[in-house]
Amino acid sequence: MPQFLLELFSEEIPARMQDGAARDLARLAREALAQADLGFVDLRAYAGARRLTLVVDGLPAAQPDRREERKGPRVGAPDAAMNGFLRSAGVAREALVERDGVWFAVIDRAGRPTVDILAAIVENLVARFPWPKSMTWGSGTLRWVRPLHSALCVFDRQVVPARIAGVRFGDLSEGHRFLGARRPFRARDFDEYREALAGHFVMLDAQARRQRIVERARDLCAARGLELVEDPGLLDEVAGMVEWPVPLLGDMDPRFLQLPPEVIRTSMRTHQRYFAVREAGSLALAPHFVCVANIETADGGALITAGNARVLAARLDDARFFWDADRKIPLDQRLEALRGVTFHADLGTMHARVGRIEALARAIAPAVGADPALAARAARLAKADLGTGLVGEFPELQGVMGGYYAALQGESAEVAAAVRDHYRPQGPGDAAPAAPVSIAVALADKFDTLAGFFSIDQAPTGSRDPFALRRAALGVIRIILENELRLSVGDIIGRTAFGADAAMAKLAGFFADRLKVLLRDQGRRHDLLDAVFALGDDDLVRLTARIEALGDFLATDDGANLLAGFRRAANILAAEAKKGPLPEGEPARVAEPAEEAALFDALVAVRPRMDAALAAEDFAAAMAALAGLRAPVDAFFDKVLVNADDEVVRAGRLRLLAGVRDEMRKVADFSLVSG
Amino acid sequence: MTSAGPLSFQDLILELHRFWSAQGCVILQPYDVEVGAGTLHPATVLRALGPKPWRAAYVQPSRRPSDGRFGENPNRLRSFHQYQVILKPNPPDMQAMYLASLEAVGVDPTLHDIRFVEDDWENPTVGAWGLGWEVWCDGMEISQYTYFQQVGGLDVSPVAGELTYGVERLALYIQGKDSIFDLAFNSPQSPDFMTYGQVYLENERQFSAFEQEAADVVMLKRQFDDMVETVNRLLARSGRQGQALVLPAYDHVLKASHLFNLMDARGSIAVAERQSYIGRIRDLCKQCAEAWVALEDRAA
Repeated sequence: MPQFLLELFSEEIPARMQDGAARDLARLAREALAQADLGFVDLRAYAGARRLTLVVDGLPAAQPDRREERKGPRVGAPDAAMNGFLRSAGVAREALVERDGVWFAVIDRAGRPTVDILAAIVENLVARFPWPKSMTWGSGTLRWVRPLHSALCVFDRQVVPARIAGVRFGDLSEGHRFLGARRPFRARDFDEYREALAGHFVMLDAQARRQRIVERARDLCAARGLELVEDPGLLDEVAGMVEWPVPLLGDMDPRFLQLPPEVIRTSMRTHQRYFAVREAGSLALAPHFVCVANIETADGGALITAGNARVLAARLDDARFFWDADRKIPLDQRLEALRGVTFHADLGTMHARVGRIEALARAIAPAVGADPALAARAARLAKADLGTGLVGEFPELQGVMGGYYAALQGESAEVAAAVRDHYRPQGPGDAAPAAPVSIAVALADKFDTLAGFFSIDQAPTGSRDPFALRRAALGVIRIILENELRLSVGDIIGRTAFGADAAMAKLAGFFADRLKVLLRDQGRRHDLLDAVFALGDDDLVRLTARIEALGDFLATDDGANLLAGFRRAANILAAEAKKGPLPEGEPARVAEPAEEAALFDALVAVRPRMDAALAAEDFAAAMAALAGLRAPVDAFFDKVLVNADDEVVRAGRLRLLAGVRDEMRKVADFSLVSG
Repeated sequence: MTSAGPLSFQDLILELHRFWSAQGCVILQPYDVEVGAGTLHPATVLRALGPKPWRAAYVQPSRRPSDGRFGENPNRLRSFHQYQVILKPNPPDMQAMYLASLEAVGVDPTLHDIRFVEDDWENPTVGAWGLGWEVWCDGMEISQYTYFQQVGGLDVSPVAGELTYGVERLALYIQGKDSIFDLAFNSPQSPDFMTYGQVYLENERQFSAFEQEAADVVMLKRQFDDMVETVNRLLARSGRQGQALVLPAYDHVLKASHLFNLMDARGSIAVAERQSYIGRIRDLCKQCAEAWVALEDRAA
């Protein structure tokens, strides 16, 4: 079956966009082929530094023929209507068929040749490709991520006649810029193409490039008794920057190891895209690095390695200059400078913010087991490193550098750790602080941000979250849950400098939403979250324990049946409530029938067990207590008619059902449980 | 090349002049107003706008008061040289031309690792942005390569391609030196051999002290306000042929921009004020850009 091969050859595509581009290319092609009624066996897309490639195997030579029936006027309709229909359908009067007094035109459409359809698909795909950022070049109007030069575009070994102004279509491509023949080559199918690329020093497949980088880098390190510090994010990026990856091991002046390892790692990773290296079996960095070149050279990369080592040395020299200069000024002295730093136009200076965080950290401290004086001290110093030279040079090291400078000026270990860790967790892969003083400052920092921005009506909307408030709220939630902190979120919000008003109520709701998102991502059922959140508790540890226990309970036979019983009771109560007010007051025991008496007894027996279990926050025990209602509830609905003719009897039974419903509501709003 | 061995600092510039001259560029002299980057030369900012083709190359001494290290850091200068090329519209083979220019100055791309690394260039003070790359040679950024999309807040059409070589960086690289001050300024074989340090080290020392310690902040601020007023006044006037006085107005935008950099280096601009200063300069630049385009359209 015929194959389609497309390569879009451009100037260098940013590495971070390549994976997304390959996915978009595959998706757009799949959608377009489906719309054109063209089936296929296999479809793959590749992305690299200078090319996007699409291969579709097993396409038909043409679209299938299609028969279409179009409804026309009634039999006996005026001539004008008939003629209009014939014209629009493009058929003769003799070709119409009549069914149930209506004319139908039967139109046979021969399938178009696949090659023509592909030309249109490619033109359309290039025109509306969703690059995150695109540009125009020269005098043209076409948009692409960087100038697009040519397209190798063949179907069934024939060039597809697509046309885009400024882009050469054909069966030609190019290999590596500097290795091999450095001349265009011809390819008419994927096997020829891939082979030619390899012969021209281009590895097409990003996964293969990643693998080669890791394997060769590991080997280089092992040969010198070293170990590569693996870094998947960096690997993805580097694999997108090279067509022919050649890892090289370089040396660094060992004196730089006196710098904090974070500084060395950041300089290597962020500025130079080098992998760090450590001594085998040790956590300490070794005075080496691995860079990944895009070329094999006659000198085995000697010049390249030396050049890279020189650049790294220059960067680290500068870092050392700042490291030496920064340590001469105590952090306390840097606080004044924060008066000149605006946090946000409506939320004051960074200096004012430090004052707020300090007060809040002190207030939170007792609840998280921290010394209030230490928490306040750490909060006071937490932002002082923003004025240091190293943080100016490496903004991503905020906090980390503050931690070093705090320790060096003799602050206690708890305070230094809190300064270092108070921004954390900074993403799903980052650990939440666990030491009490760090927790107090981290919570104070995030609550001040959240309450502040909510107070000036800057809550996130849709995909807009310019102040990363979702991440801050999620950070609070993780700190609370992972450390099993018993706090009321609403209480802390009330203690921020922004008071308690409508905006703060909105913030409490925002936390609930973020917690729901987190728990849903962890696989918890959405309806169970709703059922528990309906109780209005803002102790996040208790909330999750309830959800856990509720899920377990509903998975049991008793739970499932009791849920059914709850629904029946709730439905009856709801239906009766429409007729008039439900009877008030506590249920009372009746002698007859036995099932009603048994349910009453069961309810009376369950109540103290429930209350004890809830007081102890033992939600599994609470659910076990509820399980005691299951059999009597089933028997009651089996044998007893709630809507008795006798009004007194009916009212008694309704009170009993309301009692059961209310007892169950102590653990969750079962009416929100679905399924 | 006149001698064996790597190019001296001045021969590097002469080779680039020869190369880009052969590509049809007019070779201009540095602009005689203090600027922070070669881009700010009116030959780039203004000429990038409007429909007329334009090819130019020049060296621009660029002043960055905040980067001064009193001549004590071997890799940082408060004043350095950018070699600037502007090609409008950018030719389709501009990347190949750039790579050929590297070969012309002695960078062999089969022995070194030359890479185009994503860099979305932006200069908020002139309301300009473009897409392109930093060009790396063995991990060192030696050039910026940008396809201008907007200047002065106006779309650049046709698109102008801009190349900026960091001349000191490139020379460090070609000569294999670790300190800028050790660079050979002219040929080491010359009886009158001079290093970069012999030519410029004293400038670094004195100007770092001026820019970071001695400049009078109150006066700078007053001068800044004067420049802003002057731009507005000049744009409101007409020349003898009826044109707006865009070029002199733009000179005063450059002066304002440099005064802002000086105030910044003196640490006298609070972060809160920063955006407002940048915004004022950008607005002036936008007015100049609009006036320039109006002139160009009138001429076309």
